[in-house]
Amino acid sequence: MSCRLLIVDDEAPARRRLRELLADCAGEFPHQVVGEAAHGAEAITFVERDTPDLVIADMQMPRMSGIELARHLLKTPKPPAVIFVTAHDEYAVQAFEVNALDYLMKPVRADRLLAALKKSAGRAAPPDDGALAKSAPGARQQLSISERGRLLLVPVADVVYLRAELKYITVRTEAREFLLEESLVHLEEEFGERFVRVHRSALVARDRITGFERAAAEADHDAEGGPQWQVILAGVTERLPVSRRQWSTVKELVKGK
Amino acid sequence: MTLRILLLVNLLLAALALAQTRPFSFVGWISNLLIGAAFVEPVLISSVVLLCPLRVFLRRYSYWLSVAVILGVEFLVTAGLHLLLRNDGMEFDLALVIHDWLVVTLICGVVLYYFYLRERAFSPAIAEARLQALQARIRPHFLFNSLTAVLSLIRTEPRQAERTLEDLADLFRVLLREERRAVKLDEEISLCKRYLDIESLRLGERMQVEWRIDESALSITIPPLILQPLAENAVHHGIEPNHQPGLITLSVLRRGRLVEIEIVNPRVEGNTRPPGRAGNQMALDNVRERLALHYDVEARLDAGPAQDPVTGAGEYRVKITLPAHEQERPRVERRA
Repeated sequence: MSCRLLIVDDEAPARRRLRELLADCAGEFPHQVVGEAAHGAEAITFVERDTPDLVIADMQMPRMSGIELARHLLKTPKPPAVIFVTAHDEYAVQAFEVNALDYLMKPVRADRLLAALKKSAGRAAPPDDGALAKSAPGARQQLSISERGRLLLVPVADVVYLRAELKYITVRTEAREFLLEESLVHLEEEFGERFVRVHRSALVARDRITGFERAAAEADHDAEGGPQWQVILAGVTERLPVSRRQWSTVKELVKGK
Repeated sequence: MTLRILLLVNLLLAALALAQTRPFSFVGWISNLLIGAAFVEPVLISSVVLLCPLRVFLRRYSYWLSVAVILGVEFLVTAGLHLLLRNDGMEFDLALVIHDWLVVTLICGVVLYYFYLRERAFSPAIAEARLQALQARIRPHFLFNSLTAVLSLIRTEPRQAERTLEDLADLFRVLLREERRAVKLDEEISLCKRYLDIESLRLGERMQVEWRIDESALSITIPPLILQPLAENAVHHGIEPNHQPGLITLSVLRRGRLVEIEIVNPRVEGNTRPPGRAGNQMALDNVRERLALHYDVEARLDAGPAQDPVTGAGEYRVKITLPAHEQERPRVERRA
């Protein structure tokens, strides 16, 4: 069975060039290009619909880098292998080498492309999320959430808070809640600049904090019997409890405003 | 330079007046300042007016001869002022004139020493090293992405590929030039257009460009590669990370003896450019510093976020104001 490919690049000439080169490689590497996408979100739609075996993705794209795309694709039912393409990025190239990710440099040469194709086809496995996370210079721009077999993208900027439940993380935006299968600790590491921990099980967006109030009911007093504070967040009506341990850190955030 | 002289001498005057005011009172200080200014300002202004045209001539002779000429002019101006005052009924006192000559000599010494130190700080060797560090560097991304774009054209649109390679050659000829002679604004604009043509090839409809050019500004001379790095910056920060099409506006306006160049690009929220890489600030600082080396305090560069007056959309504006030099060729930049 020939390899089914998807090309992702925000620049049309780059996509066209890859198509030409792939055509040149067709003799030695039988394949079929199932589509072209101009950005990450479009690529996800393609992958869900056509389940390609391999995605060739540009690194520098608006809104979603190639690495972030690869991380989201891992949540699709049949994650494809990914080859990254970069114009000039010493940081990325170093990270690719260290984390054993497949990559190509622009302008792409036919022989290098062929070698990369054969290598990934032989491996036939998607990249590892840990390796991808380590290769990305910054945090993701959106979270991907599987819902009824579809992958939804939630911009991180829209998230008001993240709360750990039994098995999932509840992702709260102004409009609704989503369930995310990731660890709060990893999310805190990745998005520490944007979110602050208010409680063992909750991270809230720093810029959403508008103030604090004391919990009304007796039952809300914590173990030591002290008053329990709650954080008021812009855009949602519910309040989240602030633990005594986090209170001093969190309170400074509002003072600083 | 004239500005610096005026500022420095007036600072000296203020310090002198302050030293005279004992015990200190604000009114006393101001009155001493005014008494001093009544004599210093006429000498200062007439010296500047006299020495300015002499500048071209003095440049040809040795430093110390020039210093002697400057002192001579100062002495004449001082003596002249005393003579004028005599006509107004004041007594002409040779001892007073000699006293003022001493004061003028000291002030000249301070001003000349300041310029000597300044000149040393900007001496050719140091300036060259700085300029070399400041060389407007093109982003490697641009080169490799452009080459990919040209490669994509060769099979289907060879003529377009040829044109693009020619544009690239022109751009790199200027970038790699050993001697960076001042250019006509006109030439810099056409270079910038070539650069933007290459970018539009790969960015397609995502990039719209609008030029507003005041024809009367085209003949002025400017240091090379002032406009192009800023256009590159606008593409890098306003178009490439933008998921929707954006407009870059470049305008050149002449206001009397000044020329204003403004570049506006959309501001992209949640810019995905990873930190730590050649940032926005680097290109701006680079151009700003080169302007300072060429024009001293006469040119300025202002940059910052703004809002479109009509749509309210976020923008980033860079504005350069520089003197309209028509013939004079500013300092030559050399590449080591």
